[in-house]
Amino acid sequence: MTVSAAPPWSVLVGALMVLLGAVAAASLDGVCDPVAARAPLASRLGRPVFETARLMRQRRRATVAPDLLLWRSGTASPLVVALLMSVVVPWGSSVVADLTVGLVWFNAMDVLLWAAFWLAGWGPNSVHGLVGGYRFLAQALAYELPLMFALTAPAVAAASLRLGDIVASQQHGWFVLQMPVAAIVFLGSVAGFSLWGPFGYPDGADIAGGVLAETAGVDRLLLVVGRYALLAVGSAMAVALFLGGGNGPFLPGWAWSLLKSALVLALLVAWRRRLPVWRADRVMRAAWLFVLPLTLLQVLATSVLAVVRG
Amino acid sequence: MAMLAFLVLAVTAVASGVAVFTVDSMARATFALALSFVAVGGELILLDLAYLGVITVLMMVMEMAIMVVFMVMFMMNPAGLMPMSMLHNKRGALVISAGTFLVLAAGAVTVPWPTRRGAEPADPTRALGEALMGPKMLVMMAVSAVLFATMVSALVLAVAHGRYERPGPPDGDAGPAPRDRLDRAHRDGPTP
Repeated sequence: MTVSAAPPWSVLVGALMVLLGAVAAASLDGVCDPVAARAPLASRLGRPVFETARLMRQRRRATVAPDLLLWRSGTASPLVVALLMSVVVPWGSSVVADLTVGLVWFNAMDVLLWAAFWLAGWGPNSVHGLVGGYRFLAQALAYELPLMFALTAPAVAAASLRLGDIVASQQHGWFVLQMPVAAIVFLGSVAGFSLWGPFGYPDGADIAGGVLAETAGVDRLLLVVGRYALLAVGSAMAVALFLGGGNGPFLPGWAWSLLKSALVLALLVAWRRRLPVWRADRVMRAAWLFVLPLTLLQVLATSVLAVVRG
Repeated sequence: MAMLAFLVLAVTAVASGVAVFTVDSMARATFALALSFVAVGGELILLDLAYLGVITVLMMVMEMAIMVVFMVMFMMNPAGLMPMSMLHNKRGALVISAGTFLVLAAGAVTVPWPTRRGAEPADPTRALGEALMGPKMLVMMAVSAVLFATMVSALVLAVAHGRYERPGPPDGDAGPAPRDRLDRAHRDGPTP
């Protein structure tokens, strides 16, 4: 399957797909949430709609001497970053922006989250928010290097930084078979930069919600939607990098992309409460002592394979 | 269109560079600098150096996020709550920056710029990689090893207990390992 650039208006379709993915993830999370288990199914399925309506009517919280400019930039950024990431993610045989360095673009955008979540924590001038922001940076230091090397592996195997080429070279075998460690590390990092499940340390209940603690109304809506959007884009990216993208029999490319991305997203959402939240220092120890060497070995194996195959 | 993008990015880069010195908060100064670098990265993308541009954004934002932690940690007044001036050694700084500007501007205006030899490569990223990594691979590998060793040893020397022991139980709850000696009288200096 060859991937080519779609016309400019496709950027709107791409953004809509990201938002739909975010809504679907929030719905599924409502269904899975054990706290809401006694609520009727309709209210759990419709959680994104009801929650949006509630937050849109809620008043913003004002804190003492906040840095409003930085706070607002921080709360708006995760959604913006997710949308910027999504322009390089192939969808079937088309992609919004066919960058020659699409993979590096994705990586640079996820690094913007370092600034985003720290600013969201710093802005309100509140202890809990600030602790949450610092926790995110500590966690990011742990997952970022394994993530970078996990992204290197498909680029080496496809001999290209263009995501279209990476999808095209999975015609006869998904990269997940060739580089399972990189695929798992990538999924873990998606959870890491979305503050998801075991990586929910920066917005943990022990610090009253951390980066979310002082946000209310539309600010909270933006942050939460941004987090779901990051999860959705990360799932679509995992499909393009490791699960063959739009490659598949019978169905058209976009349908395969949709199906696979939905499955990965559902997996991530369903796993949210299966693991305890990990403290950043433990994540750091595990990431740098075990995951990083494993990922490097993975890159080595991929490189040797690429050289052997010519 | 490209000219418009260039102008917007150039003005953003310079204006946020000025903002670094005029804002009264360490956090704002840091992220104004980050914005300036992001605009410079955009300029590089305009020059068809997509890889360099994107990697500039990546490195600079990451660096600023780490830098803001250290600045807030080590400044006596992190200037989040109490406004402070970002200017020190005003006269000397003014002389140095005006001199640097004059030298660079004189260079840019007076040097006869060479005309382009050869054509633009099909893939600038590959050409850049070959220029850096082709004939100079050995140098790059040696330099990276030296740099990495320098960073690790600087960290080991900077952390008070890094050379000899890990403070606290090894894994938070597994109990002290024999060599950690948590019952000693004071924590300073090497364990005898």
